Amino acid sequence: MVRHVVAPVAEIPPGGRKIVSVAGRQIGVFNVGGEFFALLNRCPHQGGSLCLGERIGLVLSDEPGVYRYSRPGEMLRCPWHGWEFDIRTGQSWCDPKRTRVRTYPVAIEAGETLMKGPYQAETFPVSVEADYVVVEL
Amino acid sequence: MTVQLRDLGPIDCDVHPPTPRMAELLPYLDPHWREVMVGRGIDGLELASYPPGSPLTARPEWHGPDGRPGGDLEMLKREVLERWGVRYAILNCLHGAMAMFSEDMGAALARAVNDWIAKEWLDRDERFRASILVTPRSPELAVAEIERRASDPRFVQVLLLAAGETPLGRRAHWLIYAAAERLGLPVGIHAGSAFHQPMTSLGWPSFVVEDYVDQATTFQHQLLSLIAEGVFTKFPRLTVVLIESGVTWLPAFLWRATKEWRALRSEVPWVDRSPIEIVRDHVRLTLQPVDAPAEPERLAAVIEELGSDDLLLFSTDYPHWQWDGDDALPPGLPERLLSKVAVLNPRATYRRLAASEPEESVREESVARGIVS
Ligand code: FES
Repeated sequence: MVRHVVAPVAEIPPGGRKIVSVAGRQIGVFNVGGEFFALLNRCPHQGGSLCLGERIGLVLSDEPGVYRYSRPGEMLRCPWHGWEFDIRTGQSWCDPKRTRVRTYPVAIEAGETLMKGPYQAETFPVSVEADYVVVEL
Repeated sequence: MTVQLRDLGPIDCDVHPPTPRMAELLPYLDPHWREVMVGRGIDGLELASYPPGSPLTARPEWHGPDGRPGGDLEMLKREVLERWGVRYAILNCLHGAMAMFSEDMGAALARAVNDWIAKEWLDRDERFRASILVTPRSPELAVAEIERRASDPRFVQVLLLAAGETPLGRRAHWLIYAAAERLGLPVGIHAGSAFHQPMTSLGWPSFVVEDYVDQATTFQHQLLSLIAEGVFTKFPRLTVVLIESGVTWLPAFLWRATKEWRALRSEVPWVDRSPIEIVRDHVRLTLQPVDAPAEPERLAAVIEELGSDDLLLFSTDYPHWQWDGDDALPPGLPERLLSKVAVLNPRATYRRLAASEPEESVREESVARGIVS
């Protein structure tokens, strides 16, 4: 596994996202209330650019007419056919076991730490003062 | 096939007694309504979906001597009960009571028809069972009638027409479903229209053939309405039986409904399972008419697409002209489904049937007949 520095933390504020290209793969990096998640930008259904989809909340119900809205911005709606995916797990709502998008571990590292260890950051220089989003794949 | 079906003692889940004439119903109406019916000369309340002279309404040999579709009690016993060794026949009386604009008149007529069925049919042969007619225009009156008749265990189902006033999933109908669920009665939705709305979503067609062919899409609208409005979430123990629906439209409908549900389910969050799963748990279909491919050997593949062996219920649809000769079971129906369709599925669907038989004797008899091993 190689650790890739994909963006300074400040570039992806809460609610924000960035599509990055890492080792030939398109990956969506999402900030959910300060936590970061990385998903392959390829919908497991038919290959749509899932990570460009609308970020929506999760609505559930135990009874017709009752809408239980939760987790605003934590679901992704695929722009191709509208399937919903959980940004935290990559699972689709309708078929969580079998239909899930590939996820990657994400960490926040201080520039200082990154200076020491092995990492790759092809597109921008890393500075000691900033924090960075690091995706492993 | 013929011999085997008889051997099983099938349960015929859709049989139509002749529609009673007003003279036959008068003894079952209270004095006010009797006077109204006589005074206004109201008669001929066959459903417009089944014109008595239409070839579809009765096979040529299933008219009575007076031309009446379905003949009489003796004819029905001979042609259905004796011919197939039927164990139970569920009588669905297709009567205009279900289509009345007047709530009170509809309720009075439904009540009369139900009492007529009990006296003139159920009391005369213990193999008969029946559906409860209601006036869906007034859910309150419908529930009152369901509760009144449900105390008689020979009534095994609530009957609704496929096309009434509004889509059947709408909350206005929920009182009826609540009562049906509470009393252990499936809700049977039978082909036919009250003609309060055009039979097609495009407007009024010109010909009977359009009415009848379009029934298949009416069933799709209703099934989708029931699913999308959350009827099966609200009433988890409710079973709906689609009667005379044509059957084989179902797989394509489910493919489409499930595909779109994946995309749009957040609009109807109470639909928390795919339409395919919901149908498997809550919906059953009577067998005749089955819209089958011309080559019998291809029917099995279509039936396979239903995805469950539990869905189909044997029916002759007597006296409607759906099949010829002795082919009450569609040629090509897979052998392995025979006992499911003929006995086990109907018994599981109409739990009131099982309630009238001691469990032990059911099991012994089922083994003897080869229904279960
Ligand atoms: S490609 Fe994403 S829902 Fe079809």
